[in-house]
Amino acid sequence: MRIEGKVIKYGANVDTDVIIPARYLNTSDRAELASHCMEDLDPDFGKKVTPGAIIVAGPNFGCGSSREHAPVAIKASGIACVIAPSFARIFYRNSINTGLAILECEQAYEEISDGDQITIDFDMGEINDLTTGQTFVAGAFPTFIRDIIDADGLVGYTRTKLSKERGE
Amino acid sequence: MGMTMTQKILARHAKIDSCAPGDLIEASLDMLLGNDITTPPAIDIFEKNGFGRVFDADRIALVPDHFAPNKDIKSATQCQKMRAFARKQNLKYYYEQGQEGMGVEHVILPENGLIRPGELIIGADSHTCTYGALGAFSTGVGSTDLACAMATGQTWFRVPEAIRVELTGKLGKYCSGKDVILYLIGRIGVDGALYRSLEFTGAGVAELSMADRLTICNMAIECGAKNGIFPVDEATIVYLRDRVEGGYTKAPDWLYPDEDASYASIIQIDLSEIQPQVAFPHLPSNTKAIGTFEKITIDQVVIGSCTNGRIEDMRRAAAVLQGRHVAEGIRAVILPGSQRVYKQSLQEGLLEIFVDAGCVVSAPTCGPCLGGYMGVLAEGERCVSTTNRNFVGRMGHKGSEVYLAGVEIAAASAVLGYIGSPEEIL
Repeated sequence: MRIEGKVIKYGANVDTDVIIPARYLNTSDRAELASHCMEDLDPDFGKKVTPGAIIVAGPNFGCGSSREHAPVAIKASGIACVIAPSFARIFYRNSINTGLAILECEQAYEEISDGDQITIDFDMGEINDLTTGQTFVAGAFPTFIRDIIDADGLVGYTRTKLSKERGE
Repeated sequence: MGMTMTQKILARHAKIDSCAPGDLIEASLDMLLGNDITTPPAIDIFEKNGFGRVFDADRIALVPDHFAPNKDIKSATQCQKMRAFARKQNLKYYYEQGQEGMGVEHVILPENGLIRPGELIIGADSHTCTYGALGAFSTGVGSTDLACAMATGQTWFRVPEAIRVELTGKLGKYCSGKDVILYLIGRIGVDGALYRSLEFTGAGVAELSMADRLTICNMAIECGAKNGIFPVDEATIVYLRDRVEGGYTKAPDWLYPDEDASYASIIQIDLSEIQPQVAFPHLPSNTKAIGTFEKITIDQVVIGSCTNGRIEDMRRAAAVLQGRHVAEGIRAVILPGSQRVYKQSLQEGLLEIFVDAGCVVSAPTCGPCLGGYMGVLAEGERCVSTTNRNFVGRMGHKGSEVYLAGVEIAAASAVLGYIGSPEEIL
């Protein structure tokens, strides 16, 4: 799969409280969560998200709470992928489980600028910066994680497992 | 190769002889936890996908503590969904507000005896790592993980490397577990233990109370750790003895790190050298020792939460506030962490001390910690809080500020009107 989009860039330690503030967690409505995504960090976020936009951010992206509302809000706001040198572990799990594409790549964070147009080839793990002509290679997912992604996320994986166990 | 405590617990629950860092395993779970923010989406997933019955109605604890007692109609609707699910599935550990055993999730699960050494627990809340204080492996996950685990009783883990934290010495005056963990986070940074276990060890462990250990493990997530874990000793057994159903006398004999276990790094901390810590906005790692910064005036103090809402914390607060009064213009909100802590505080006369000192005393709730209710901050306001996060907008307006500290510093600051130590008022 290959995607192309414009980069929105942020720094290190983007936490779940700025991705989706807790004051909006009295709902799990995707559209409502998306409407408040990143508002405490970047009030213009909603306006910046063009179709297929890609977030490139610093290390430890998604640190803080276990709220799955964070990757859900990012995905529902129209972001196609998040690239960072590292992700906080619960956010990493939640992204895999909810189908938000994420890639670990330190060089991409160092070299790609806000507003660059980039492409991502997920099969090759390759990131191309069309603005600068640079190419970066992201870390590959372990096979087990790929199996979960291929099974349509953890829910699909669990459905198959349950139907085997329960002999349905 | 030898295994760490964490690796041994994971291997045993995956029914394999050994495991190594990086291995991906599927393990059986002893207890699952959800709250009123994370459980409703999990219920939606569970029901939409026809998962049917939960794997074991006695191994799921649901605690409506974040926006409950319900702060608004949307929150009430979320709690209603949780309550209906708990009834339908006949869950043994659903906790209703006000009832015995209820309170802030990470205060009550250990308090109610639901956690034992060597067990494997996941919770849809990042501070689930608290239970490592009892020699268990526990970690936070998301709502989809919770939904799937409620159906199968299992989940997947990537086996973590470990950082060995060697504790020596004894804590000084006005210091507690809170200062130990803030000091450690300040030293290694908010991603200093990313994906790893923090395994505490050394002669200093025996000097830490169970309340201290629970506070330390509670904030392991704030340096990115997957879990924090303490060895089991006499203090652990005493804590568990009257809490666990049927009593508790001895931890599993396999529950210790092998001598040849490998660690990604070793950190040594002399507890006697730690001064009371304050984490400045907007990261828990922005720590400074008390007395090393200029006067910072404040508007509010919060004492409570899953980090510092235990009876020991209430006693520490009362010792500072007794016979004193909160400074003019300062709001001090105190939240005993559970119904038991509340009742014990009442019986010991602590609540009277708080009320006489001009504090708001609240029912147990997570409310103010995450800017939910019961102490939301306006633009430009500053709060000293015994909670666990001080990110932008954490307790209210994005232009407000949260300073994290231990109970004595928070209580003294309420009296002083600025961030300070009990030494300034005694």
